[in-house]
Amino acid sequence: MTSTDTPAPGRLARLRQSDLWWSFCHHKSAVAAAILLAALILTAFAAPLYVPQNPFDPAQLDLMNAEYPPYWMEGGQWPYLLGTDTQGRDILSAILYGSRISILIGIASVALSLVVGIGLGLVAGYFGGITDNLLMRVGDVLLSIPTILIAILVSAIVRGLLPPGLRDYGAAGVLVLAIVLSAWVQYARTVRAQAAVEKGKEYVQAARLLKVPARRIMLRHILPNTLTPILVAATLNFGMAILTEATLSFLGIGMPASQPSLGTLIRLGNQFLFSGLWWVVIFPVLDLCLLVVSVNLLGDWLRDALNPKLR
Amino acid sequence: MIVFLIKRLFNAVMVMLVVALMAFMIFRFVGDPIQLMVNEQTTQAEKDALRQSLGLNDPFPVQYARFVAHAVQGDFGVSYRNQQDVMSLIAERFPATFELVLVATIISLVVGVPLGVVTAIHRGRWFSEGLQFLSIIGVSLPSFVIGILLILVFAVMLNIAPSFGRGDVVAIGWWTTGFLTPSGRAALVLPSIALSFYQITLVMRLVRAEMLEVLRSDFVKFARARGIPAWRIHYRHALRNCLMPVVTMTAMNVGSLIAFALITETVFQWPGMGLLFLQAVTFVDIPVMAAYLCIVSFIFVALNTLVDITYALIDPRLRAARS
Repeated sequence: MTSTDTPAPGRLARLRQSDLWWSFCHHKSAVAAAILLAALILTAFAAPLYVPQNPFDPAQLDLMNAEYPPYWMEGGQWPYLLGTDTQGRDILSAILYGSRISILIGIASVALSLVVGIGLGLVAGYFGGITDNLLMRVGDVLLSIPTILIAILVSAIVRGLLPPGLRDYGAAGVLVLAIVLSAWVQYARTVRAQAAVEKGKEYVQAARLLKVPARRIMLRHILPNTLTPILVAATLNFGMAILTEATLSFLGIGMPASQPSLGTLIRLGNQFLFSGLWWVVIFPVLDLCLLVVSVNLLGDWLRDALNPKLR
Repeated sequence: MIVFLIKRLFNAVMVMLVVALMAFMIFRFVGDPIQLMVNEQTTQAEKDALRQSLGLNDPFPVQYARFVAHAVQGDFGVSYRNQQDVMSLIAERFPATFELVLVATIISLVVGVPLGVVTAIHRGRWFSEGLQFLSIIGVSLPSFVIGILLILVFAVMLNIAPSFGRGDVVAIGWWTTGFLTPSGRAALVLPSIALSFYQITLVMRLVRAEMLEVLRSDFVKFARARGIPAWRIHYRHALRNCLMPVVTMTAMNVGSLIAFALITETVFQWPGMGLLFLQAVTFVDIPVMAAYLCIVSFIFVALNTLVDITYALIDPRLRAARS
């Protein structure tokens, strides 16, 4: 979220002197959220190095190990730290692998909706005219349907169009598409509004007089001036994307049980809620909540830190 | 004013026509309707006759116009799955969703407004900062998670509230209500709390922001100078001036609540429209999906238009700005 990992030393030094970095270091919940988020992402992506089993490989599951409670409870077994489900799958491994899928889908859909939204927004704001009108009307319609409904519809329809054999393989792609289609309008509107204002400013007119090509003006001159609100929106939308993915998977139109994301794990675990296997559902829920809360805390801090009125 | 009214209504109708176009395209191009309606023994000639009689050979605009004309009269065809009239299927389920959304809206106002006032008055104190932090968590919790947690605590562990279904309902004409029986009321508790959770945090944050603004204004300072007791200033003078945006947001969010009810209904097996829609999604039952999309969008667009028009009636400046 913050650019703490900028490689070049010159930039790093600049970053450490910036207001943003100062505000970050003096905001306790932002630091805590960043550490938590980094820990969640690192543990998820390094999972294959240390978890006791690959939860997606049926050959490694053993029914003899089914339904163990968490390690610290009576009947818990090492190395199944958070217990196992009815098929002998280790919950901790499943959560780490699942959150990897959730995070990847979240990143992919935010990146793609940024590209689509910024691209269309710049073109609409800079050129105006028919493109602009058309884009805004499409936006009106998309905004008149609740986003979660768009995501469900897209996901349902694309799945319906795919042959059944491909549905499980294409599930991640379908989810990304569904989230992008429901999220791009927000970026497009923000960028368009900002681009329409910047277009009239003197530096843009100067660039035009110098015959700088339109594409270069849009990308190198106008775009950097629209990025602040986009950065905040993208951070908060990363949380939203993870939630949408989890919701669709929970409803059974997302990731299949063979490659479970956090939402799928919660859906599968939910069936055992009444048989007392609470750990099967509570730990994925906890992981999902920590992930989204840390992203939202960072987004909240970023919004305040970048808001000139609150300085 | 008349010009504004006409423009706004025209806009709403256009949006609905595009939504209907989307619904129609889903209906027409996802799978072949004929294949889904016939069985294996049907001959090619019979299929062609059916295609002709249903008007599927007509040009696209004609078919679309027919779809819209039927939809306006509430005719969305017959469900592929159980051969029932789609509109009667939805009408049967509508009361359940409506009651759920109504109760959730009431809860969100009754809980959210006082919380917002308290956090605004006591800004900086530990409990209002705590509530503010909780509201971020509330926004981050997906609604199915809240449902699952509520079921786990109140139905599985404490066993004090039912966790699925609607309980006993009483039929009044075509409407069925769960308000009149004890089991119906008990069944409403958990789902409506789960659905209202997100809305409570929204109302709370909005009231807090508005109150902070109003408390700085001159008339509040003047009221303080007159020696009016603090609670009276806060709840009578200041709060009244914050309620307009709250009413607007509540009205506009009813559409999203209906959409989100879909998730709550799945968790609690609540027999509403959302559950019907989700079953339709699983069975690719296109007429039900198309009808649900049209009806939810209609409620959404109608409420937005109504709010806009009411605003223009109250505040003349908006008429000039928008028309």
